[in-house]
Amino acid sequence: MASNQADISRFDERSLVELVNHEHETLGKAICIPSMTREVALKVGLALLLTLAMTFIALPVVALFLKSPLDTILRSLHDPMVMDALRLSLTTSTLTTSIVVLMGTPVAYVSARFHYFGKDMADSLIDLPVIMPPAVAGIALLMAFGRMGIVGHYLNAFGISIAFTTLAVIIAQVFVSSPFYIRQARTSFEDVDLAFENAARTLGASRVYTFFHVILPIAMNGLISGAIMAFARSLGEFGATIMFAGNFQGRTQTMPLAIYTAMQGDLDVSLCLAIILVAISFVVIVLVKTLTRRVYKKC
Amino acid sequence: MLEINVKKRLRDFDLQVKLDVARGKTLMLVGDNGCGKTTLLNLVAGLDNPDEGRIALDGRALYDSESKTNVPPEARGIGYVFQSYALFPHMSVYDNVAFGLRTRRMAAGEIKILVKDHLEAAGLWEIRKAKAADISGGQKQRVALARALIIEPRLLLLDEPLSALDVRKQAAMRDELRETIHACAVPCIIVTHDLRDVACMGDQACLLERGKLALQGGAEEILSWGLGMNLK
Repeated sequence: MASNQADISRFDERSLVELVNHEHETLGKAICIPSMTREVALKVGLALLLTLAMTFIALPVVALFLKSPLDTILRSLHDPMVMDALRLSLTTSTLTTSIVVLMGTPVAYVSARFHYFGKDMADSLIDLPVIMPPAVAGIALLMAFGRMGIVGHYLNAFGISIAFTTLAVIIAQVFVSSPFYIRQARTSFEDVDLAFENAARTLGASRVYTFFHVILPIAMNGLISGAIMAFARSLGEFGATIMFAGNFQGRTQTMPLAIYTAMQGDLDVSLCLAIILVAISFVVIVLVKTLTRRVYKKC
Repeated sequence: MLEINVKKRLRDFDLQVKLDVARGKTLMLVGDNGCGKTTLLNLVAGLDNPDEGRIALDGRALYDSESKTNVPPEARGIGYVFQSYALFPHMSVYDNVAFGLRTRRMAAGEIKILVKDHLEAAGLWEIRKAKAADISGGQKQRVALARALIIEPRLLLLDEPLSALDVRKQAAMRDELRETIHACAVPCIIVTHDLRDVACMGDQACLLERGKLALQGGAEEILSWGLGMNLK
C-alpha cells in the first residue's frame, strides 16, 4: 500500500515536471513563432525593396541596349555627328581633367592641411558648383565671360571671345567638374597621417620634396579616382555647356548635346551615343571602386 | 650638449621646461598621457614652435625667440623615431632607410653601401624589398631606428619606441636599443611610460606633470620614483 502511494507520488512528480516542461516548450514556441515570422517578413520586405530599387536603376539601362540592335549602333558610329561629338567630348574632357588636376591639387592640399581666414567660405565656394543647377552655372559663366560679361567685356576689347567656342566648353566643364576632384583630393590628403610628413621633414626633406615623394604617392589612389570622377562629370556635362558654349557640331556639340539634337531627327544616332556614354560610365565606376579599395595600410 | 629652455601655451596648461642633455647621455622623459612629452620632442625637432625660449644643440641655436632664429626641421640634423614609426607605406624597407640620404642628394653608389651596412647591422637586409606596411612590429621599430641613424644625427629623439611591441619583444629590443644609442654618442631623449625602460636605458630622467618638470634625477633615483607613481 505504502509502496503504491510512493509510486503514485513519484508518477505525479514526473507528470508535473513533464507538464511544466511541456508548458515551457509551448510557451517558448508561442514566443518564437511570431518573432521568427517577423524576422522572415522583414527579410522578405528588404529583399523586395532592394529588387525594386535595382530594377528601377537597371531597367532604363537594359532598355537602352535592347532597343539598339548592334548593327544599327555600328552603322551610326560612322555618322559624322557621332564622330564629331565623340572626338570633341574626349578632347575637351581630357583637357578639362588635366586643368582640374593641375589647379585642384594644390587647392585641395592647402584646404586639407592649413587653416586660414575665410577657409570655411572658400570650402563652401569650391563645393558650390555641385549643388548649383547646370543651367544656372551656364548663365553665370555667360555673365562673367560672355561678350557683355564682367570679364568678357574687357577680353572682347582685345578681340578675344570665349562664349560659344570650344574654350567655353572647357570652361563650363572645369566649372562643374572641379569640385568632384577637389573634394576627393582633399579627403585623400586629410587621410595621409601627419606623422609621415613630419618624419620626412626630420629626415631632411623640404616641404616640396615631402609633397612629391611622400604625400602625393600615398594619396595617389584617391587623386586618380577623383580625376576619373571629374572626367566622367565633364563627359556628361550638358546644361552649362549649351547655355555658355551653344550647340555647334564639331565646335561645341559634345556627346550629351548631340544626343539631345539627334533625338529630334535620328533616334539611332542618339542611342549609339547614349550606349557609348553608358559604357564609359560603367568603366569609370569599376575603376573608381578598384582604386578606392587599394588604400595603403598605416605603418 | 642639448640645451632646452622653452615655454609654450597648450590647450589646458603651459609647457615650461628647462633641461640639458650632455653628449652621449640619454634622458628619459616620463609622465602621464597628455602632459606635454611628445609636444616637447616636436619643439626640439622643429615640427612645432615654442612661444618663447631657446633650444640649442652643441652651442648652435635651433630656436631662439630673442634673435628670431628658427632652423627648419630638415636642417636640424635630428634623428626622430615616431611612436607610430611613420614608415612610408608606399616604399620598401630599403627605400625607407635610403630616404634621408636621397634628400641630401648623395651619390647612388654611396647610398647603396651605407644602406646595406645599416640594414645588415639591424638584421634587415633579407627583407629589404618588403613593403614597410607588410613587416612585423619589431622589424618596423628596427627600420625606423635605422632610418633615423643613417643620417648621422646630432641628436636622437625616440617617442615611446617600444610601446607598439609585445612584452617579450620589448625586453629583447630594450638591450639592443640601449647599445645602439650608446654607440651613436649623441644626446638622446626617450619618451616612455615604462619605468623598466628608464632603469635600463636612461642616464638621467625627468618626470613631466602638466607641462612642468616635477622630478629630475639620475638613474639611481629612478626606481624609487616608481613606488608612488602611476604612469599609465
